[in-house]
Amino acid sequence: MTTASPVGRLSVRVLALGYLALLLLVPIGVVLYRTFEPGLGEVWDSITTPAAVSAFWLTIELAAIAVPLNTIFGIVAALVLVRSRVRGKWLLQAFIDLPFAISPVVIGLALFLLYGRQGWLGPTLTDAGIQIIFSVPGMVLATIFVCLPFVVREVAPVLREIGDEQEQAAATLGASRWQTFRRITLPAIRWGVAYGVVLSTARAIGEFGAVSVVSGKISGETVTLPLLVENRYSNFDLSGAYAASALLAVIALATLLAMTLLQRKGDPR
Amino acid sequence: MATSAATAPAPPARARAGRRAGTRGLTGLGVGVVTLWLSVIVLLPLAALTAKAFDGGVDEFWTAVSSRQAVSALKFTIGVSVIVAVVNAVAGVAIAWTLVRDDFRGRRLVNAVIDLPFALPTIVAGITLLALWGPRSPIGVNLAFTQVSVAMALLFVTLPFGVRAVQPVLIELDTEMEEAAASLGASGPRVFRSIVLPNLMPAILSGAALAFARAVGEFGSIVLISGNKPFDTQVSSVFIFKQIESDNPVGAAAVSVVLLLVSLLMLVALRVIESWGSRHDHR
Repeated sequence: MTTASPVGRLSVRVLALGYLALLLLVPIGVVLYRTFEPGLGEVWDSITTPAAVSAFWLTIELAAIAVPLNTIFGIVAALVLVRSRVRGKWLLQAFIDLPFAISPVVIGLALFLLYGRQGWLGPTLTDAGIQIIFSVPGMVLATIFVCLPFVVREVAPVLREIGDEQEQAAATLGASRWQTFRRITLPAIRWGVAYGVVLSTARAIGEFGAVSVVSGKISGETVTLPLLVENRYSNFDLSGAYAASALLAVIALATLLAMTLLQRKGDPR
Repeated sequence: MATSAATAPAPPARARAGRRAGTRGLTGLGVGVVTLWLSVIVLLPLAALTAKAFDGGVDEFWTAVSSRQAVSALKFTIGVSVIVAVVNAVAGVAIAWTLVRDDFRGRRLVNAVIDLPFALPTIVAGITLLALWGPRSPIGVNLAFTQVSVAMALLFVTLPFGVRAVQPVLIELDTEMEEAAASLGASGPRVFRSIVLPNLMPAILSGAALAFARAVGEFGSIVLISGNKPFDTQVSSVFIFKQIESDNPVGAAAVSVVLLLVSLLMLVALRVIESWGSRHDHR
C-alpha cells in the first residue's frame, strides 16, 4: 500500500500522535480529571446555580435564533452562487467568506460602533427606546455575523456537484419552482445543509470574542456560557470554570459525534 | 462531501444557458435577499468601523496605528501567526499521512478527534491548555503568560485546518507513481519529496493560509493564557479589546482596520492558491 519504510512510517506515526497528545488529548484529560476531582455533586451544583442556568438558556437562545436564520440565508446564497449567472458573484463569495477571516473582537467592535451609544444608529435607536448593544439583540447580531458562512460553504459544493439536470427535468414536466426545490434540490443537498447547521450551532454556542464585546456582561441577563467560564476563571473560581467548561465540552462532543455521523452519511466511502 | 455520487456529471454549458431565461425572476429575488442580508449583518457594521477609524482624519488614524504598543502587538501577532501556520502545515502533513497511509488501532478515533478544536469553544480551549501547561501543571511545566503559550493556543485552534486540507488530496493520490519511483530505486524520503510533496503543495498552502488567517484574529483561546503583557504576549485582538474597555473606540477601530486589511489580503491569497490548485487538477 505504501512505499515508506517501516522505520520511517513508525517515526511519522509517533511524531503525529505525540503532537496530538501533547496539544489536544492530554490537556483535555487533565481538565476532565480536575473537573470531576471534587465529585459529581459539586459539578452539578456548580452548573445549576441561577447564573449558570440563565447563561445556559441564553446560549441556547442565541443559537436558536441565529442558526435557523443563517440556514435560510445559506441555502438561498448557495443557490445564487451556484445556479445564477449574475455578474460580480466572486464579490458576493468574498463577502460571505469575510466573517471567517475577521477577528471576533473586530466583529464585536463593528457592531458596537454601528448600534452603540456613539454609533451611527445609536442615537436614533436610543430615542426609539431600543437597546441593542449590551443587551441580547446585539449578541444575536454578533452570533449571526460569525456563523454566516458555514451553511453556504457546505451547500455550494454539493449543489455544484449534483448539477441541474434533474431540476430541469422537473421544470420541463411542469413542476413549479417551489416544487422543484422541495422535491429535487432540497433532498439532494440535505446532508450538506445538516453539516452546515451542526458547524453553525457549534460556533454559535461557543462564540466568545464577538459576543463578549457587545454583551456588557450583566449577570443573569447577558452572560452566555463561554462568558461565564471566563468570568469564573478570572475570579479564581477554578472548579466553577471547569464545571461550566465541561458542560460546553459535552455540547462540543455531541457536535463532534453529529459531524462524524453526517460525514459518513454524506460520503459513500 | 459527495452527497450523490450516482448522479450524472455536471451538465454542459449549453444546458445551463438554456434555463437562464426561466429562472431570472427567482435569481433576482435571491440576489436581492442575499445582498440585503449581507449588507445589514456584515457590510454596514464594517463601514461604521472604518468610518470611526478615520473619525479624526488620517493623521489620528496613523497616530493610533503607529503607537509603540499597537505596533508591537501587531508585529507579535503576525510573527506568531507565521510560525503557527508553518508548524501547523508540517504537523498537518504528518497527521494526515498517518491517518491515510498508516494503519493502527484507534485510527478512526484519532480521525474524529482532529475536529475537536472546531467543536470546542475557544475559551474552553484556553482553559484546557492552562490545565496542562499552566500554573497548576501536573507535570510542573508552567508556560502561562509566555509567547510560547500564545503559539500553543493558536496551534490548538488551527489544528484541523492543516490536517483537513491535506487529507482528501492524500486519499485521492494514486500510489502508482510512488511505487514506480521506489521500484526505480528512490528512497522513501526522496519519493516523498519529489512525488508526494508537489502533489500536496496547493492543499498545504491553502491549509496554511487558513490557519494564518484564523491565528491573526484569534481571541478566545488567547485571552486567558497570554496574560496580556504589553510588548511581550499582547496580540492585536487582545489589544483592541483592551482599547474598547478603556473607552478608546477610535484607537481600537484604527487597529481593527489594519487587521481587516490583513484578513482581506489572506482571502485574496486563498483565491489565488485555489485557482492555482485547480489548474494542477487534471480531472
